[in-house]
Amino acid sequence: MAALNLNLNFSGLTRHLFAPFFSYSLRTRAVSFRRASCFSRRLSLVSASATASPEWKCDERFDVIVVGGGHAGCEAALASARLGAKTLLLTLNIDRIAWQPCNPAVGGPAKSQLVHEVDALGGEIGKIADRCYLQKRILNISRGPAVRALRAQTDKREYAMEMKNIVERQGFTANLSIREAMVTDILLGKNDNVEGVHTFFGMNFYASSVVLTTGTFMSGKIWVGRTSMPAGRAGESASHGLTENLQSLGFETDRLKTGTPARVDIRTVDFSGLEPQHGDEEVSWFSFDPDFHIEREQMCCYLTRTTKRTHQLIKENLHETPTYGGWVEAKGPRYCPSIEDKIVRFQDKESHQIFLEPEGRNVPELYVQGFSTGLPETLQLPLLRSLPGLENCSMLRPAYAVEYDFLPAHQCFRSLMTKQIEGLFFSGQINGTTGYEEAAAQGILSGINAARHSDGKCLIVLERESSYIGTLIDDLVTKDLREPYRMLTSRSEHRLLLRSDNADSRLTPLGREIGLIDDRRWKIYQDKQHRVSEEKKRLKTVRISGGDLAADVAQLSGQPVKDSATLESLLKKPHIPYKVLDKHGFGNEMLNRMEKECVEVDIKYEGFIMRQQKQLQQMVHQQHRPLPQDLDYYAMTTLSLEAREKLSKVRPQTIGQASRVGGVSPADITALLIILEANRRIAHEQRRHHMLTSVRADSEQHSEVPLTETVNS
Amino acid sequence: MALLPSFRSFITHIYRPAAAPLLLYRASILFHKPKLSIPTCINLSFLVSSSPKPKTRNPLASSKDNTLVFKKDERLVGVTGGSEEQTERSTTIAAIVTSMGGPPGAVGIVRLSGPSAVDIVGRLFRPVKKKKSKGCGSTSWRPTSHVVEYGVVLDHQGNVIDEVLAVPMLAPRSYTREDVVELQCHGSEVCLRRVLRACLEAGASLAEPGEFTLRAFLNGRLDLSQAENGGFSSLVKSLRVQCIELLTEIEARLDFDDEMPPLDLNLIIDKIQSMSQDVKNALETANYDKLLQSGLQIAIVGRPNVGKSSLLNAWSKSERAIVTEIAGTTRDVVEASVTVCGIPVTLLDTAGIRETDDIVEKIGVERSEAVALGADVIIMTVSAVDGWTSEDTKLLHRIQSNKKSTESPTPMILVVNKIDCAPSASTEWINRESYSFSKHIFTCAVTGQGIQDLEKAISEIVGLNQIPAGGRKWTVNQRQCEQLVRTKEALVMLKSSIEEEMPLDFWTIDLRDAALALGQISGEDISEEILSNIFGKFYF
Repeated sequence: MAALNLNLNFSGLTRHLFAPFFSYSLRTRAVSFRRASCFSRRLSLVSASATASPEWKCDERFDVIVVGGGHAGCEAALASARLGAKTLLLTLNIDRIAWQPCNPAVGGPAKSQLVHEVDALGGEIGKIADRCYLQKRILNISRGPAVRALRAQTDKREYAMEMKNIVERQGFTANLSIREAMVTDILLGKNDNVEGVHTFFGMNFYASSVVLTTGTFMSGKIWVGRTSMPAGRAGESASHGLTENLQSLGFETDRLKTGTPARVDIRTVDFSGLEPQHGDEEVSWFSFDPDFHIEREQMCCYLTRTTKRTHQLIKENLHETPTYGGWVEAKGPRYCPSIEDKIVRFQDKESHQIFLEPEGRNVPELYVQGFSTGLPETLQLPLLRSLPGLENCSMLRPAYAVEYDFLPAHQCFRSLMTKQIEGLFFSGQINGTTGYEEAAAQGILSGINAARHSDGKCLIVLERESSYIGTLIDDLVTKDLREPYRMLTSRSEHRLLLRSDNADSRLTPLGREIGLIDDRRWKIYQDKQHRVSEEKKRLKTVRISGGDLAADVAQLSGQPVKDSATLESLLKKPHIPYKVLDKHGFGNEMLNRMEKECVEVDIKYEGFIMRQQKQLQQMVHQQHRPLPQDLDYYAMTTLSLEAREKLSKVRPQTIGQASRVGGVSPADITALLIILEANRRIAHEQRRHHMLTSVRADSEQHSEVPLTETVNS
Repeated sequence: MALLPSFRSFITHIYRPAAAPLLLYRASILFHKPKLSIPTCINLSFLVSSSPKPKTRNPLASSKDNTLVFKKDERLVGVTGGSEEQTERSTTIAAIVTSMGGPPGAVGIVRLSGPSAVDIVGRLFRPVKKKKSKGCGSTSWRPTSHVVEYGVVLDHQGNVIDEVLAVPMLAPRSYTREDVVELQCHGSEVCLRRVLRACLEAGASLAEPGEFTLRAFLNGRLDLSQAENGGFSSLVKSLRVQCIELLTEIEARLDFDDEMPPLDLNLIIDKIQSMSQDVKNALETANYDKLLQSGLQIAIVGRPNVGKSSLLNAWSKSERAIVTEIAGTTRDVVEASVTVCGIPVTLLDTAGIRETDDIVEKIGVERSEAVALGADVIIMTVSAVDGWTSEDTKLLHRIQSNKKSTESPTPMILVVNKIDCAPSASTEWINRESYSFSKHIFTCAVTGQGIQDLEKAISEIVGLNQIPAGGRKWTVNQRQCEQLVRTKEALVMLKSSIEEEMPLDFWTIDLRDAALALGQISGEDISEEILSNIFGKFYF
């Protein structure tokens, strides 16, 4: 406790402790629940400072307030409540908690890693997706273990219902309250610290940490064709006033755009001529918790394509789309282009794939993936009907675009706490991201940090190299976003180390230290690690000479098998998965499929993994060098003008971050390092000099006096 | 310890407001009227500064100068705390800046940089010119910037050390943006060292390696790419772009498989192949640069009395080796220097290798074998008169068995000498033996016939011919060479990943590595190594 307090006393900065991967480490396990007393102590402090408020009521004081009940908000509220912080979740509509307004799916390349990581930390998204899936597939299966990705189609209603149940149950058991409200103002304390929120209907809720997860709702506006209305989603009112409030507090805001395609009635689609896309026979899981591995009957997706007629219709009506008609300026995501963008950009491509995905087991809605459009509603049905299988379809909901306010995340630290206001955190689309997974990833971290902040603990930063979550947040707070940010495998420089299969061994120990992994889960984790490492030992020692296995391996790999070869050496050969060992009775029955995969990856790609590890270590040493927060970049004339501006704006915390700021070149970084080094040595020399001077001053006072006089004159 | 004060001066100059020196210069004009200067110098000063008058400088002003600047710069106080003391610690550095160690050049330069550069030179430099009447004492030298003065350098006892040309380049119109004085001395090392010592005795401190460049850099005079001098950047940049394009192609498939056309693997493999070739070529150039620096060692070996020494004499156009009719004349290794395609070549004439009881000759033979082992190319000489003898076979085997223990085989050239004495001799044996040799050449050491062919053969063997004469636009330094090797290795690994049918994602690992290595050459990626190099070079 003493050590933690010491850290806090230095400055706001030292809340973010730097360590190779995680910015902190706990001395004792399971601190959180025992620290309930700390929260109440804090509480009395808050109440003392807020007695002037007439709305004061005991039950309206909390440790953490989470604004927004989407995928970020739910993870944040759950993490915070589970860490023992008295938490309030404010949402515009309780019936829409964890709603999936766009694609009814979780996972995919890079996003699945985020889901596994959130789960490894003790989050919820993976479990819910595992529980509510309609179909599951592993993508990129033959392209390497780092890019292999699980994707689940989910039942969107069931998904929302499940998450709502979990949140409500948490509220019933401990620390979490839910309330419908529209937050319009952030309440500030005397030291630029957050004190609570004010709602449209005049309520004040107090807490020392507030997490904003406003999604597309802040000044949201939806568009169909040229017609627009204020809304966060179709049929749901936007949130007004908060943007202006944040601006008045000095925050910079900007606007982004995203869209969702039409939904059609599944009963009006003729699937007979369409290519079906089935789920995997062997279902994989997001969660590392086997209690959630419950198989369900899978549904089928279908593949259709755009036709000449589709392209013709779009080309004739380009002027009717917001982008090409020029009436929406906000930037949409490049990698999730509308159908008109695809047709304009890839002129020579005659046809684009369109996926038809069910939205639930008991609803007739079908999601038309890859077909979002800004065209007016009158044109949307003819456009849908140009697709094979949809010739007679009826449209249930039109496609629409949504514009919303976001706060460029360079205004946040990597803990997701804002730089300006202590205790205020941003998560999810408010930081410029898109996607449920990206939101959940930020949500859990901001929830953890909000709870820790209100408990007076140091905040946690996931380093970029530790995880996709770390990479995501590092990108957000350093890079200049021009479009909604989606996680991609190519954003991670060392992705071979950040795989789905090792998300738990990367993050569960941290989750345990933080206090989100309970004893049962911790035991499951430890047992798994033990089995995997024992199995690797076994494969190193068991040798075979000749026999069916050797013959099979030689044939499959095209490589000879030596006498008394270890099983490990067989597994290292190309085209030899663990299954081959199983087939010949050399596998280990004790291990489940996921554990076998861990063993296989560790052994098969050992050389590559070691190499990446080495590259990483070389890099980390340099990149994690902290930068003083009070550097005057404008005074560094050896930096380019652009670098001086950008660095002054972003104020990176480490050299590595500085190097990723847009407009900062490697030459700038080198210059910066040289200046830092020169400063360091000057400071050193000065200390030495002062020491000498004081020694000298004691002995020869006379000579010292004229010197100072000259200098001051 | 000496380097610490110098940091203070970096800071002095980084933050020195541009206006202050100008004011001071104007003030100093009162003391000294501009004297005649060469027209080009006047032009230069017009180009560089807005001040219409050539700047002169009073040494008395220079110490005050810094104090004033410091007083004005509040930001500096914020950065460094009590900076006042630093004023007095700004050092003036000096070093010999022309290369040393090689054969002496006609001229060598001692450079001084720092606030007291003019003062210090004033203490040891006496201009040789018509009397100056304007009241300047003989002890204060007040040069005009960018005007060359002729004079002598004296040691502290007043003895003349050397005649020199002094080139003053006053701040900020100099490489380091500090006052710089260059003393052009006679090129001998003794002269240069004595002049440098005089400078150090007069108050300069010896510059750390790279310190002039560091000052230039910190004073905003040059950016890092200039400092690092990336010469062959266009090739490296294009290779890097290719790597990144390939990466993009592959990674796009990993993230957006649904929407992309399938990858053309053959095309990618072809591209990797051609990149490997480019890297190989670049490395060959690097190799040339290495040769240019270190030169080639060529050992001439053979039985006694086949004309090895004559060959060396004919080639080097000298009488370096003693030539007699007596077999075993050469007892020790004799060296001579020639150039082949601009590359310095050291020829090593050796004792004829044979079984012998003569102690001295025996040692000579051992040395011959040692030399052959260490040489870059071995020329085995036989006599056309005798043809290929059994001793030749034995000798060849001895050399080859020695060679086997070393890693890469040394190329060998067969020289058939004394071709004039046996014009019609049978040469069939050459075809029989030629598999051991890279080339065979007929020579006549007496007339010099065949020497040109020999040079051509050597240039082909060491790969000099692949670089078009005068077509080399760049040089490769050690650091760049290391990164090129890393690039090559990454591409080799990539090829093996492809051959082993590793999943697509693994290709990206080596491609990234190659791109990173190339980026470090071109300065587009930072690396620990570059930085530690810089810090190492500049600070220690």
